[in-house]
Amino acid sequence: MVSGLPATSRCPLCLYGKNSYLPKVTTVTQEGTERPVVLEARQITKRFPGVTANDQVSLRLHKGEVLALLGENGAGKSTLMNILYGLYSQDAGEILVDGQPFRAKSPHDAIARGIGMVHQHFQLVPVMSVVENVMLGNEITRWGFLSRRKVAEHILEISRRYGLPVEPYALVADLDVGAQQRVEIIKALYRNADILILDEPTAVLTPQEADDLVRVMRTLTAQGKALIFITHKLREVLEVADRIVVLRAGRVVGETTPREASEASLAAMMVGRSVLLRVEKAEAKPGATVLSVRDLQVRDDRRLMVVDGVSLEVHAGEILGIAGVQGNGQTELVQALTGLRASEAGSIEIAGNNVTSANPRQISELGVAHIPEDRQRDGIVTSYPLTENGVLELYYRPPFARGIVRNEGAIVQHAKQLVADFDVRTPSVHVEASSLSGGNQQKFIVAREFSRDLKLLIAAQPTRGIDVGSIEFIHQQIIKKRDEGVAVLLVSAELDEILALSDLIAVMYHGHIVATVRNGELTREQLGLLMAGGGE
Amino acid sequence: MSRSAIVAFWERYSPALVPVLAVFTALVVGALLIGLTGGDWQAAYIGLWQGSFGTPRALVDTIIRSTPYIICGLAVALAFKAGLFNIGAEGQLYAGALCAVVIGTTMQLPPIFHIPLGIIAGALGGAAWASIAGILKARTGAHEVINTIMLNYIALRLTDWLIKSRQPLLLGDPADTSGSRTPHIAETMRLPGVSLGNTNTLHLGILLAVILVFGVAWFFKRTTLGFELRMAGTNPNAARYAGISVPRSIILAMAFAGGLAGIAGAGEVMGVRYEVSTNFISGVGFDAIAVALLARGNPVGILFAGLLWGGLLTGARLMQVRAGLSIDVIKIIQALIIMFIAADQIVRFLYRIPQRKAGDETMVSKGWGGG
Ligand SMILES: Nc1ncnc2c1ncn2[C@@H]1O[C@H](COP(=O)(O)OP(=O)(O)OP(=O)(O)O)[C@@H](O)[C@H]1O
Ligand SMILES: [Mg+2]
Repeated sequence: MVSGLPATSRCPLCLYGKNSYLPKVTTVTQEGTERPVVLEARQITKRFPGVTANDQVSLRLHKGEVLALLGENGAGKSTLMNILYGLYSQDAGEILVDGQPFRAKSPHDAIARGIGMVHQHFQLVPVMSVVENVMLGNEITRWGFLSRRKVAEHILEISRRYGLPVEPYALVADLDVGAQQRVEIIKALYRNADILILDEPTAVLTPQEADDLVRVMRTLTAQGKALIFITHKLREVLEVADRIVVLRAGRVVGETTPREASEASLAAMMVGRSVLLRVEKAEAKPGATVLSVRDLQVRDDRRLMVVDGVSLEVHAGEILGIAGVQGNGQTELVQALTGLRASEAGSIEIAGNNVTSANPRQISELGVAHIPEDRQRDGIVTSYPLTENGVLELYYRPPFARGIVRNEGAIVQHAKQLVADFDVRTPSVHVEASSLSGGNQQKFIVAREFSRDLKLLIAAQPTRGIDVGSIEFIHQQIIKKRDEGVAVLLVSAELDEILALSDLIAVMYHGHIVATVRNGELTREQLGLLMAGGGE
Repeated sequence: MSRSAIVAFWERYSPALVPVLAVFTALVVGALLIGLTGGDWQAAYIGLWQGSFGTPRALVDTIIRSTPYIICGLAVALAFKAGLFNIGAEGQLYAGALCAVVIGTTMQLPPIFHIPLGIIAGALGGAAWASIAGILKARTGAHEVINTIMLNYIALRLTDWLIKSRQPLLLGDPADTSGSRTPHIAETMRLPGVSLGNTNTLHLGILLAVILVFGVAWFFKRTTLGFELRMAGTNPNAARYAGISVPRSIILAMAFAGGLAGIAGAGEVMGVRYEVSTNFISGVGFDAIAVALLARGNPVGILFAGLLWGGLLTGARLMQVRAGLSIDVIKIIQALIIMFIAADQIVRFLYRIPQRKAGDETMVSKGWGGG
């Protein structure tokens, strides 16, 4: 019937405008693999209203290997994994586990067949302990009763065996992201997963933690587990993968191995064009001081002084990058600067206004945009449509409101503009933000913050979870804003990102700025040393 | 239609279908219960229908009875959209009713002023009462469920005392020897209405309820303040990030909710009873939670859910006469409806309605339709 056509049979690529052509990519097949296939997906197709997220995707996973899945934001990686894990069901195609057809109706089925998954956004209950989180959903079936002690012992055993340090009785809310992720992995292993899906596990990790994870992955494969590993960091892929499969717009466009690939070739395969892995930028022309922080002290939720006497200045037309291992006070510093957290002492001035005790609205109205570090917590309301998310901070101002009445037309128009400007992959601006892929949610937030009339941009982890092509674009946009005279405070856990963008680099360690240098004055290694506390 | 179009259709409309099927299922189970205990379920249901919607007279009674359920249902839903469980519509209704009585018994004004003044007094009374819970929540984090329940008790006892006290004489009617009611309000503050043939007078309250239904829907959909309250309820962190004061939103949402319940109380005083008595319409504020739940917090849905609720209660009497059943059968059916709504997995299983997508788990624990 004709009316059904648009949703189902239109070329999915046509939705995506200019990058939508499919160049020929030769498929490199791995030969002589002795290992048995533990999981096979055949011709999987999955459609969402207006999008074909997976289009006849086939792939194989062998015992003891790491299969890396690469692809742009919205290419369909998480969707495919969610199908394997029983969260979605495919419209067509079949899945074989150990050669047997398998259709998971729920994660419960998948777990029963030995498939575990660590999600892009964690699924832990923060107010519960590690033990309770691991037991959750498994309580009655396995033990017949709740025995914390036994479970804790089992957790410690897994922890020792695979090198995953955790404290079984700690509350999840008190753990840092790295530890939470280890809990997620332990949870899967506790359920005897032989196939482990890791959806962008390294996006939230410090480089040190990411290295630890790579080690864990090696231990797991050495013990016969099979892993599917999704990441946007090409270096990790080359380091840890046995085979690499690349998706674009829902289709498999190529398969390769780290031996045959390079970062540049992988990037080109993902995006369909060659990507500049470095941004071009001219010398900065700093103007007047926009942000001036003096002796700032901020406490965290546990009342610890995590920002202890920070002073810094950012000028118009200049990018100050704050380098540092996560958890050294950067989060609280940004919260204090944006009015989300009260400071204990010191002063903050923005464009000549003392905003030390101002609220977020007052600060925002001075022309301060904030790309928050935790996008799903602060940056977006996942159950609201993109239209409303596009005016999260500006909803009350003209043209988005006249008096107290919101102006639907202007709101929709604005969202469309954001989606177009930053190439956010979505079938419409009326869909819930939660239906966007993780990276596209991030792109939408970045687009929204960039669309404002800016004096100061505070960007915390602006490219977390974003694909290489879009990183290139966002980096260019940040430079462009700088050249237009915006002051930029960049906080990033990626030293590469700091080095690529910053004019000045401030290294933060234990709540102090231990060094402020021009970019280029210190080598990567020297900076790394400072970040690790070598400057004290 | 293609498969995905059908799925899309289901995803869009199954939320509205589940409550309807829940009601249907509850009626079927009710019929089974009546039949199995030796009753005549057909006579009972015919009586129920005729006594509720079947005749103009019954219909008018149903509408009058439903009005406070609709308005209080809105009071519960409005708070819920802002992330608050308002269990206190009952107390807020009493607070509003008392304020309206004070205006109605102490003043003589032309109706054009007196009627709006009575409604405003009711709204302010309810709002003030609810604000106590709102302020406690916003300033100290004290949970609104506990506080609104406590405020219900206080409101009920306070009403009792205000009416019954003779020394000093407070709101009681000196002419009433039993000491169980207030004086009647002035003629000028009584809601006008129409009587169609032999029906009771259909007062303006229902019109007010309909206006409020669409007003609340418009408020959340189209106003900036509605957006703020919604966002503070859905994701307080994002609300703070967006420059919204979450404590202020909590206080405002409770005040608005209380204002609605207060209007319901004032409407009962001004349209039906013209007084507050010790056995004033108790229970409405609690049943309103059920009404809001049945409608999944959707204002227009509340209009229908409220009418259904009032209809069941109004029709119960004729059902009792026709089938010789206890009026409590209606309470059982109402309880079954709520059960099937709360445990909508049962309904979805019975009628093979596909699961909602991930992340949209149980409405009761998460939210009524979110945006
Ligand atoms: N629940 C959903 N409802 C509607 N559309 C969806 C849903 N989940 C995903 N999509 C769409 O399917 C496509 C693929 O999304 P998916 O999350 O699989 O991407 P991804 O490859 O994991 O991207 P990222 O790298 O950004 O995480 C996207 O275009 C997205 O808009
Ligand atoms: Mg993803």
